[in-house]
Amino acid sequence: MRRIISVLMENAPGSLSRIVGVFSQRGYNVDSLCVAPTDDKSLSRLTIVTEADDKVIEQITKQVNKLIDVLKVTDLSDGHHVERELMLVKVATRSELIRAEIKRNVDIFRAQIVDVDANNYTIQVTGTSDKLDAFAHTLSQSTEIIEASRTGVCGLSRGEKALRP
Amino acid sequence: MEMMSGAAMVVRTLKDIGVKHVFGYPGGAVLDIYDALYAQKNVEHVLVRHEQAAAHMADGYARSTGKTGTVLVTSGPGATNTITGIATAFMDSIPMVVLSGQVPSKHIGEDAFQETDMVGCSRPIVKHSFLVKRAVDIPEAIAKAYYIANTGRPGPVVVDLPKDIVNVSEEHPYQFPEDVTMRSYNPTLKGHNKQIKKAVKTLLESKRPILYVGGGAITAEASDLVTELAEKLNAPVTSTLMGLGAFSSVHEQFVGMLGMHGRLEANKAMHNADCILALGARFDDRVTNNVDKFCPHANIIHVDIDPASISKIVGAHVPVVGSIDEVAKQLLKEMGKIDAKAQKEKVADWWEQITQWRSRKCLDYKKDNGLIKPQEVIESLYKHTNGDAYVSSDVGQHQMFAALYYPFAKPRRWINSGGLGTMGFGLPAAMGVQMAHPEAVSTVVTGDGSIQMNIQELATCMQYNLPIKIISLNNRALGMVRQWQDMIYKGRHSHSYMDSMPDFVKLAEAYGHIGIRVTKPEELDEAMARCFAAKDRLVFMDIEIDQNEHVYPMQIKFGAMDDMRLSKTERT
Ligand SMILES: Cc1ncc(C[n+]2csc(CCOP(=O)(O)OP(=O)(O)O)c2C)c(N)n1
Ligand SMILES: [Mg+2]
Repeated sequence: MRRIISVLMENAPGSLSRIVGVFSQRGYNVDSLCVAPTDDKSLSRLTIVTEADDKVIEQITKQVNKLIDVLKVTDLSDGHHVERELMLVKVATRSELIRAEIKRNVDIFRAQIVDVDANNYTIQVTGTSDKLDAFAHTLSQSTEIIEASRTGVCGLSRGEKALRP
Repeated sequence: MEMMSGAAMVVRTLKDIGVKHVFGYPGGAVLDIYDALYAQKNVEHVLVRHEQAAAHMADGYARSTGKTGTVLVTSGPGATNTITGIATAFMDSIPMVVLSGQVPSKHIGEDAFQETDMVGCSRPIVKHSFLVKRAVDIPEAIAKAYYIANTGRPGPVVVDLPKDIVNVSEEHPYQFPEDVTMRSYNPTLKGHNKQIKKAVKTLLESKRPILYVGGGAITAEASDLVTELAEKLNAPVTSTLMGLGAFSSVHEQFVGMLGMHGRLEANKAMHNADCILALGARFDDRVTNNVDKFCPHANIIHVDIDPASISKIVGAHVPVVGSIDEVAKQLLKEMGKIDAKAQKEKVADWWEQITQWRSRKCLDYKKDNGLIKPQEVIESLYKHTNGDAYVSSDVGQHQMFAALYYPFAKPRRWINSGGLGTMGFGLPAAMGVQMAHPEAVSTVVTGDGSIQMNIQELATCMQYNLPIKIISLNNRALGMVRQWQDMIYKGRHSHSYMDSMPDFVKLAEAYGHIGIRVTKPEELDEAMARCFAAKDRLVFMDIEIDQNEHVYPMQIKFGAMDDMRLSKTERT
């Protein structure tokens, strides 16, 4: 089952490698990983998407929680939550027809063209991972995707629940 | 504020923490620290002959005292040589701080001479690590390292010190940190009240309870409380290899060690129990045998300070996070006064059953062929030390014989590498024990294979007058490997025998010690007496034992806990 683990940790050297270590040492897989400092610069918030059953997820959260640098761990997919991912995608714009088709899809998916070059557009799109997949698939039907880069999922619980120190 | 160099700060911080002994070996990156050590008398440095041994010495020191052991090594090969020792301590949750030198900050990442990424190399086998970036941060990093190493579930901590920050020619203000607590690190000590109530209810409803005691009970210094608990419940007690001595092995409620080479009555009692109270034990695969067949009738109450240990292997019905001493106190309090007579009646049938399993006398062995049996050597050791020695062990058949035939009445007396199973651990560990307890009898039970993995430490023993008693069970073989080859590989002894055994007596003498060879059963008692009469000398007992003896009982692979071989020909 797809799980989203959210971690609040000290923004200190080595913290990230320790978390990644827990996954690699114990053979858990990482589908995506997204990390950055929080509003409080001494802390980092990290979101990991993984595929695991209940027993494994219990071990993952316990093992991550055990790390000295980690303040809080939660499984966002356990309850109501908001999740977003951002993708930048560069596509070839060989003809007027293709440009028009791309623009139409950009509107439908509420994406944005953020850079224009003689032969390509760079498009930004945010949403759930599924939406990003669908957008990429749609683009690929009308033109060639030159390259794409995704941030990985980040997320928060809905309502009162929060990861705070 | 006092001004001093980074190197002086390292030594001063150790003093302010109360560190008395450091086990180490010098080299380029730590010469400044060694120079600072030279100028003082507060911290005694012990010079080993190999850095792996420094880690094992610090480990033996820690296991026998509960205090954190300290290691000091140089960068590169000095640091990597400690890796096996760090992993050994990590697997058994032993508090240790390893101070490693590092190349100067500006050369980190350049593949400089003797550079290794020690923080990276050790990451999977440490509780935590620090790479110190500024001299003024040294006191706090080291103080935190000691705090982390010896609180919660203990473990090794590495502090990597680049050469430029310990430079003796620059001075910085020294301040010992007032407070080392961290917002991200708060071990839970007290059990949750609701869980305590549930645990007590389960225990009191049980007709076939058993206490399964592990190393966590020793770490928490909970022997008295565990004993009180066991007596109140009138329950049998079994112990893991790591927990031996936490509950006295000579107590009538003790049914022996459990697991792969556990006693029949211990494994039987576990398998048939209706309630298992696990105290600081982790359901290791060397205990459970086939997890799918593990203790089918039991409600499991699992008490551990590390939440990640609970329900990792075997699901707990009543998980309790907390230290064993605190939780034992809570359990006793919650139980209140219980009617001793009624409790005794409740478990009477259970004890009758256990008495029957005991009557099989699974530790009996035959002395029939005129050769010395390993079991009788351990029995003789027990007799000549009045059952009160520190016994460190290496890894192999001799380790299991020692665990089974030397009943430990006190905690911290049995010092062995349980989790990692590190050959070469025994001698340096016994040295660490002797450093911590100069007046005590420190022995090591070893084998002809294991002893050669850190034999160079005989020189260290000479330098520091460590009168260790080495009891080497010489079977001219890697006995434990050979036993498996006998059992599983039709006796094909692939690379498990030693073709060129050194003369251990001469070897001991070459290092300046006493060596005694024993080859006949009738000489054993007198030779042991001579060994222990030489109070202030190291004695190496090279005891030629029966090469064909196997360790029994032994669990049968893929079976339940109590599916066991009892001898070469009998099984349950
Ligand atoms: C460092 C290390 N290498 C290999 C092993 C695997 N091993 C376990 S027991 C054993 C044989 C030990 O031989 P010895 O010390 O003579 O003890 P014996 O079993 O003969 O009593 C070996 C090779 C180990 N535990 N540790
Ligand atoms: Mg041997």
